[in-house]
Amino acid sequence: MALIVSFKKFLDETGNIARFTGRFFSVGMKPRYENRELLNQCYNIGYLSFPLVALTAFIMGLVLTMQLRPSLVEYGVESQLPVMVGLAIVREIGPVITALIFAGKIGSSIGAELGSMKVTEQIDAMTVSGIKPYKYLVATRVLATTLMLPMLTILGDGISLFGAYLGVNIRSVTSIDLFFLQVFKSLDFSDVLPAIIKTLFFGFAVGIVGCYKGFNSSKGTQGVGVSANSAVVLSSVLIFIIDLLAVQITELLGLN
Amino acid sequence: MEAVKSKSVIVIKDLVKGFGDKVILDGFNLTVEKGSNVVILGKSGSGKSVLIKCIIGLLAPDSGSIHVFEENIPGMNEDELDQARSKIGFLFQSNALYDSMTIRENLEFPLLRHWVDIKKEEVDRLVSEALENVDLLHTLDMMPSELSGGMLKRVALARTMILRPEVILYDEPTTGLDPVTSREIENLILKLQKKNHTSSIIISHDMNCVKNTADVVVLLLEGKCYIQGTYQELEQSTDQNIKQFFE
Ligand SMILES: Nc1ncnc2c1ncn2[C@@H]1O[C@H](COP(=O)(O)OP(=O)(O)O)[C@@H](O)[C@H]1O
Ligand SMILES: [Mg+2]
Repeated sequence: MALIVSFKKFLDETGNIARFTGRFFSVGMKPRYENRELLNQCYNIGYLSFPLVALTAFIMGLVLTMQLRPSLVEYGVESQLPVMVGLAIVREIGPVITALIFAGKIGSSIGAELGSMKVTEQIDAMTVSGIKPYKYLVATRVLATTLMLPMLTILGDGISLFGAYLGVNIRSVTSIDLFFLQVFKSLDFSDVLPAIIKTLFFGFAVGIVGCYKGFNSSKGTQGVGVSANSAVVLSSVLIFIIDLLAVQITELLGLN
Repeated sequence: MEAVKSKSVIVIKDLVKGFGDKVILDGFNLTVEKGSNVVILGKSGSGKSVLIKCIIGLLAPDSGSIHVFEENIPGMNEDELDQARSKIGFLFQSNALYDSMTIRENLEFPLLRHWVDIKKEEVDRLVSEALENVDLLHTLDMMPSELSGGMLKRVALARTMILRPEVILYDEPTTGLDPVTSREIENLILKLQKKNHTSSIIISHDMNCVKNTADVVVLLLEGKCYIQGTYQELEQSTDQNIKQFFE
């Protein structure tokens, strides 16, 4: 019985999120556009999460290189280290780790911000003042997360590769030119483009889920905490699901 | 459209509103005459906020009509609602000031949205005037988090008044404030009402506030208008349902 009830709840929630997402394309994309708020959100979302993304990306590149080296040495292909690390970072680890960090930082802050606006009637106050809250609050944030995550990922990838360069240099000496030349020569269009495109979807998911959870926050300060928390959990899971779909699709398209 | 007396600014007929299978308003009727203050009395959870949120179109009723200036709110589309809302002020119980904006931006927001062509100097003038009315001009560039509860209520009142609404809906304007601040808010409500000739619905269970502000008192009970009269009439009633508010 309990299983049926929770399954029904799951379906309800899925339907609600789908409808909420649909409104992004129907309501959110119509004029008049909230350009100022969009810029504001791009700044908030992009700039403020950059330090965290940079730090994790750097450490990841460094650690990944140090971990990979022994295996490569064992097979006698240590010279391939830059290529291996570069591919891993650009194709998979960079996008996913950046997205997860982003979900943790931005998903929760959007969930908490909109949640507290909801429970203190600020969203109702906007409606009364002639502002469409979905357009002003949701569409701008979702657009900002969708645009900013790919940029953060590209920056993060670059920093990761720099970390990897330092990792390579711990044991052997390579010039930075040579390292990057080796990395870029091994990467082609079909490695980079799908990886960046999927981060658009990761960003969209983080934005929609954060806004949805905030908009549907229940009364009280506890409700706000729950919104923030469930926004992070759900968007993290979605990132993995989208990643799984993305790999299938690129394979179908023969881009592998 | 049915004929509505021209002196009545709000006419509510047979309003029904429920959530799920819980019926909150169950055939509620009310008429607000021009220039009068109607106080709605009712226990916590009886549906007072739901009622005024229906009036401003934040909630859609299940059935019944709400005529404000002879136009039916539930039958309006988004644009018509925006138009109607520019003539209705709403003071939220939790103030609902935008906490990421300064006091100035809070007050500018409704002006810029409802009066799209308004000039910068005009906006500045109206914002200063609205804050002067509540004696808080010095808070212009502060954030809401820097103000006390009573000050926030006054700023919220200034924001509600800034569009010079002809009808104002107050959701528990004095709840949670100390008695002295409550009297201040009541006096402001009365002062601004005289100045702008507004009609209002005030939700309250603070009997001092009711006594000071009400022309007409309405008791909301079990989703209906249980009784309507002046403060004195209700005070003298022997009906237990009414007496409990005056004890
Ligand atoms: N959006 C909503 N969804 C479901 N129930 C609601 C909603 N808004 C109010 N209610 C319920 O309606 C009843 C009346 O609420 P309200 O009008 O806020 O009471 P009050 O008279 O104290 O202002 C409460 O039981 C509340 O739980
Ligand atoms: Mg209430």
